[in-house]
Amino acid sequence: MSIHHISKSYGPVQALNDVSFEVSKGELFGLIGPDGAGKTTLIRILTTLLLPDSGEARVIGLDPVKEFRALRKHVGYMPGRFSLYQDLTVEENLNFFATIFGTSVRENYHLIKDIYSQIEPFKDRKAGNLSGGMKQKLALSCAMIHEPEVLILDEPTTGVDAVSRKEFWEMLHRLKDRGITILVSTPYMDEASLCDRVALIQNGHILNVGAPADLVKSYSRHLWAVKASHTLRLIEDLRKHPAAYSAFPFGDSVHLALKGELAEGELLDYLSKKEHREIEIKAVEANIEDVFMELMAKKQAV
Amino acid sequence: MKTILFIIQKEFLTIFRTKGMLPILFVMPFVQMIILPFAADYEIKNIKLTIVDNDRSALSRQLNSHFQASPFFEVLYANTQEEAESRVQSNQSDLYLVIPPRFEYRLLKERNAPLHLTIDAINGAKAGVAQAYVQSIILGFNREVIAEWGPQLQGQALAALGAPIDVSYQNWFNPDLDYNTFMVPGILVLLVTLIGGILAGINIVREKEIGTIEQINVTPIRKYQFITGKLVPFWFLGLFELAFGMLLGKLLFDIPMVGSIGLVFLFATVYLLLVLGLGLLVSTFANTQQQSMFLMWFFMVIFILMSGLFTPIESMPRWAQTLTWFNPIAYFVEVIRLVMLKGAGWADIQGSFFKILAFAVVMNVLAVWNYRKRS
Repeated sequence: MSIHHISKSYGPVQALNDVSFEVSKGELFGLIGPDGAGKTTLIRILTTLLLPDSGEARVIGLDPVKEFRALRKHVGYMPGRFSLYQDLTVEENLNFFATIFGTSVRENYHLIKDIYSQIEPFKDRKAGNLSGGMKQKLALSCAMIHEPEVLILDEPTTGVDAVSRKEFWEMLHRLKDRGITILVSTPYMDEASLCDRVALIQNGHILNVGAPADLVKSYSRHLWAVKASHTLRLIEDLRKHPAAYSAFPFGDSVHLALKGELAEGELLDYLSKKEHREIEIKAVEANIEDVFMELMAKKQAV
Repeated sequence: MKTILFIIQKEFLTIFRTKGMLPILFVMPFVQMIILPFAADYEIKNIKLTIVDNDRSALSRQLNSHFQASPFFEVLYANTQEEAESRVQSNQSDLYLVIPPRFEYRLLKERNAPLHLTIDAINGAKAGVAQAYVQSIILGFNREVIAEWGPQLQGQALAALGAPIDVSYQNWFNPDLDYNTFMVPGILVLLVTLIGGILAGINIVREKEIGTIEQINVTPIRKYQFITGKLVPFWFLGLFELAFGMLLGKLLFDIPMVGSIGLVFLFATVYLLLVLGLGLLVSTFANTQQQSMFLMWFFMVIFILMSGLFTPIESMPRWAQTLTWFNPIAYFVEVIRLVMLKGAGWADIQGSFFKILAFAVVMNVLAVWNYRKRS
């Protein structure tokens, strides 16, 4: 899958701005960015649903603009919104999607056995009455039933509980092991580490592309997790410190990135003077979110 | 082809699982059939007539009794014209008739006796009907007087009264002037139109609304397959409704079926294509079921009111008559009445048939052209 200089705007809003990256065959690739970053727009272009304003793309060697008809036979797509027929049962939905791709459930059962067997006990239940996690498994089964070479998933884990999310990623890994190329978008930074490679996207721009570990390694600053009784005031005060590069809330602490060196004691003194209590400071390894924040800040500075 | 069959199969499954669909298909025709023919009845009965008899003669009593014998009038009496007038003012009476003093004398001796009639014309149609009834009763009375008193009148007087002209009426194709006979075929058209146009339209928009269209659009399903798969089930349902409605009409009102049922269905087949195309076109513009409903209603209300179903097209102003040239409902209402009540054959309806066919083609081409799998 390759994407070259794709741009797309909706009226005055530039949804994608000169986006380029490559996804290798058999890779589990993550498209990571906050809501409104342009993930869905890009996915809809790759799945032939949307025409780009400029640039071109190739999915399994086919152009989604010109060769959309051939491409549709070989792409499995799972939209962000549950898009199966709620009035049909689990089994009827699966049969329907199998038949319109000119195949049958029996013929391709081996492809979805792993996933579908978990919801098979509920095959007579209407899709609309399934739980969130089961809906996803059904949607994934329907997207897989025609043996696609590429699977494109738009925020499959949004609005799903932690256990189902974990299960879902395990399923993706098993599909990947079978050689299927997977492009998955997610707003959750912590899911980046589950991908082979990721593209970080923000406001229609690709910030960086690479393996999660490499991206984290490229992060050169010293990073501290700081806790205190009053988080909001803590962020403000940390940002005022001359050595601070950035300070962002992260979970129940604040991640402070430094411009240079700063001794732990110095920081403690500084915060005590500002009348913070219950101060805890510890050095931490950077994660994707820190990388993302830094790239974002750089981009804004430019 | 197989794909289309699978889509049709899926459509039928979802249609019958949609809440409220079965009542719409089976109860709606029943209710429309039972209520509308009665509500749209133009027969006016129980007109409240106040008579002011200032003559009180044998002849004036004879005239009174004519009104009393009529099933259309409920006769009241007043002593003065003022009293009668105040009754009309207060809606206790619809019209009043004043028989002047010396009515009998003038009728027999002067051969000329004026009567005075005042009608509350707020409801124009009702006033017109009431006037016609009163005139026909007076005409009947007149004839009776001539027959009874003619021999006693001298030659000249008789000539002045005029030879009784016997105007006899015969209502063709609807001999009893039965409004059910007139309305029910038109209501069948309404049924077919509502099922075909509105349900098919909102069904497609529903796919947009719940997002299933997104999943369908990435499949190799072709545009024509999807649209055919969508329209065929409603085409069947429309024809089924027509058959069901006809059966109800036969059982409830014993509607005549003079012409060929096959011809009605042949016309309905093409008519449904047109209505389905309209529903499809509307659905390409609408994003929600409500939008599609409102758009459809906009067209439906105009089409129905100008269809000749309730008011004759001939009595509309010229520009409105020109507009009905583009009104599919008007064609079907006319054709179904012609065939069912008058026994019209293919030669009589082929003009309408080909016009509707042309409209259907244009509408569907527009709809398919405007339907996009991607943007």
